[in-house]
Amino acid sequence: MEPWDVIVIGAGVVGSAVARELTRYRLRVAVLEKELDVACGNSSRNTGMLHAGFTYKPGSLKAECAVEGNKEFDRVAAELGVPFKRTGKLVVGFDEHDRQNILKYKGIGEQNGVEGMRMIDKAEIDRIEPHAGGEFAMFVPSSGILDPMAYTIALAENAAQNGARFFFDHKVDGIERSVEDDCYLISTTQGTFRTTWVINCAGAYASQVSEWLGYPNYPVRGFKGEYFVLDKKAGAYLKIPVYPAPNDRGGFSTHATPTVDGNVLVGPDSYVTEEWEDYKVTKEHLDGLVRDGSKMFKQMRPDYYIRNFAGIRWKRIDEEGNVLDFKLESDPERNPNTVNLVGIESPGVTCALPLARRAVAKLVEVAQPDVNDQFDPVRPTPKRFYDMTLEEQKAAIEADPAYGEIVCRCETVTRAEIRRAINNPLGVHTVTGIKNRTRATMGRCQGGYCETRITDMIEEELGLRPEDVRFSKPGSYMFCGRVREAHPAAERSVTA
Amino acid sequence: MKHVDAVIVGGGPAGLAAAIELHNNGIDDILILEREKKLGGILRQCIHDGFGLTRFGVTLSGPEYAARFVREVERLGIPCLTDTTVLEITPDRMVTASSAEHGIIELQAGAIVLAMGCRERTRGAISIPGTRPAGVYTAGVAQAYINLKNKMVGRRVVILGSGDIGMIMARRMTLEGATVLGVFEVQPYASGLPRNVEQCLNDYHIPLSLSHTVTDIRGTERLESVVISEVDEHLQPIPGTEQEYECDTLILSVGLIPENELTWMAGAAEDRGTRGPAVDENYQTTVPGIFAAGNVLHVHDLVDFVSLEAEALADSAARFIREGALPACPLTVRGNELVGGLTPSRISGTGDVTVSFRVRRPLRNSTVELRQGDTLVARRRMPKALPAEMVQITIKAEKLSATDDLEVTVSC
Repeated sequence: MEPWDVIVIGAGVVGSAVARELTRYRLRVAVLEKELDVACGNSSRNTGMLHAGFTYKPGSLKAECAVEGNKEFDRVAAELGVPFKRTGKLVVGFDEHDRQNILKYKGIGEQNGVEGMRMIDKAEIDRIEPHAGGEFAMFVPSSGILDPMAYTIALAENAAQNGARFFFDHKVDGIERSVEDDCYLISTTQGTFRTTWVINCAGAYASQVSEWLGYPNYPVRGFKGEYFVLDKKAGAYLKIPVYPAPNDRGGFSTHATPTVDGNVLVGPDSYVTEEWEDYKVTKEHLDGLVRDGSKMFKQMRPDYYIRNFAGIRWKRIDEEGNVLDFKLESDPERNPNTVNLVGIESPGVTCALPLARRAVAKLVEVAQPDVNDQFDPVRPTPKRFYDMTLEEQKAAIEADPAYGEIVCRCETVTRAEIRRAINNPLGVHTVTGIKNRTRATMGRCQGGYCETRITDMIEEELGLRPEDVRFSKPGSYMFCGRVREAHPAAERSVTA
Repeated sequence: MKHVDAVIVGGGPAGLAAAIELHNNGIDDILILEREKKLGGILRQCIHDGFGLTRFGVTLSGPEYAARFVREVERLGIPCLTDTTVLEITPDRMVTASSAEHGIIELQAGAIVLAMGCRERTRGAISIPGTRPAGVYTAGVAQAYINLKNKMVGRRVVILGSGDIGMIMARRMTLEGATVLGVFEVQPYASGLPRNVEQCLNDYHIPLSLSHTVTDIRGTERLESVVISEVDEHLQPIPGTEQEYECDTLILSVGLIPENELTWMAGAAEDRGTRGPAVDENYQTTVPGIFAAGNVLHVHDLVDFVSLEAEALADSAARFIREGALPACPLTVRGNELVGGLTPSRISGTGDVTVSFRVRRPLRNSTVELRQGDTLVARRRMPKALPAEMVQITIKAEKLSATDDLEVTVSC
């Protein structure tokens, strides 16, 4: 088979952004992903914050890309049809130590080019958000909130729309360079792929891929954090993210953040984990979130709990354990036709497109591909039924009666929207994938009403048997078969 | 905009009973709106028996119980729209609904009957730690898959919570060949009815472990095991008591919550005790002309009482439709610390009242007293009272005064 021009390893937010930026050129692009959907790792397991860039070391790639990514995001969100709100952010303090740290990072932010940060008193906090904690705060106007899952899906779908191919359930387990063919052979759980270029966007596993490509196996450390998702009823009390003062190393502990959809996230805390995919939540840490989260958000009530999740930021560290900057490199002499991205963690969502541009620039410099004049940066996104006016809803049902059938009651998602999600351009068929594309099952009943309908629809649309339906991962079967098989004799007697 | 005398939101047991009784009261301009394809509500998936003993004096399955009402609705020719979801109710009783067949439906209702029932409490609501594999189902969802969709959810099952549906599913899954390892209940008593402990667990040798809960869920793809711990008197897990159970399915029966999204949209006030709407003796919410009965108001133990409550509601709603208003209910109903889920929250003191509540913990030889000021209005001895069972006391108007609040006191 003809080799691919570029293979991107990993369909997280960075891999999807890289794929999308690559399709600006006339290149055959494939993305290999071990999971059944994009953004199954830390790309979706975070706060969904569009960071301003005031905690990162001046001159670092983190600082540069965060500020750049922040400034362009209104345009990016509009192009890709991604819900986004530039809410601003409150960084709140309680004592003099907090004030000193806030002022320190305000200075760093100004050096990084973050605009409009100002200190405010309690009276102004109360004016901006009466349910926020804190005695004083720094108001950061440029921070915003987005759904990182929706953003990654949008990047990947736009890449696919412009010609990139996504291969899910393809775990990379080795890479070899064929010098005579001037290409790489990437072996996966579903066969070997030949490619001229390789771009490493493997997230948690980036150090392993880095080593396969001939770069160092960079030491990383996993900082895990757990979250509460609160009901939209709590969302009515929080319009702006509320963060505590940064600690001495510029890290934030538990914060409270509204989501673009109107829920509230409380978390993450931060502790070291050894396991690559240690996404379990623990009683100890959830209890901690309740304690610390209540300081940020006065409405942290058990009635509002609807879900928990965890994420892990794999940070690159030096020998002393100090956290290092993102690594983005190429080495045309020793590891030709490769771009290596390692240690991409927070603020990776904000930085995804700036990083992608820099990665693609390294390829363009060497390969000098033709520009794809068919590239369309705009992803067509139909308006959600929930967001439509009554007149628009009437017209939508007129055009397609499936818009009239509400499948998910909590989030008002229609049959037409579920059907469209099941037939998504990336070919993702999991129940979780449908959830992430529509919000069905994300509400306060957590699928109690709609999940039985969605699994029916997946089977009907795709011609699957119940035992073939997957919840999230390849082995995550939901049913072990029929309760009763129709007995041929019984069928005959019914017909008779 | 089309006017309808009575719009009924929900075609389950409460909605159907209210519709029939409204019709019996001479109101025939009625419309039932039901989001499912068929009438009957949750009863459609409750294929076990035990329904109807109080109401009909016979034991019926859920579908049979529902069918009695559905047939009556059909016989009376009461209009209903199935596959129709109500999107919005306004305080001035405008109803917006959506359906594939009819598009957006806008109605002005003379009165609205809220009969949306309840939903299940989920894993997230009680923050069970662990991973997030497939194979964790609420009992009602598992029941829907097995009884309505012919899909088997698993083979080796642990059940958390001794709610009635959890125990019924323990039996149901056993009958379908699954192995149910046990039912674990965080409280020191079963939260469902004693008859279900007997008929669903004891008869099938399924162990019930009180004061135990799930403290870890393991497995990344499909559920592999759960860890069960004993809890102390504050319901906190006791370290060192962990036991791992290999299983592919965890079924949660950890409580029901009245489904009141539309109620709050209509501007009705919440009763913090029941978490349903605050209603008066006429089942009228704080918004005039909007009524609520059945599980949307407070979670019932038996469907028979849902039907009876909805019929009582219908008598008041019919009067509202005819007269345009109901007597004011300025008197508050309050319970002491042993009284939970008390309804109604307001009365007039001039009409008959049915007070419903549950005791907060199992009690032996307790007494309930209803007082207005110094006057004892009613008194009942309860040899054995369980949180699983609803207590209902009906008081005739002549026993009540129109001046004092009503105090419900359970003492032991």
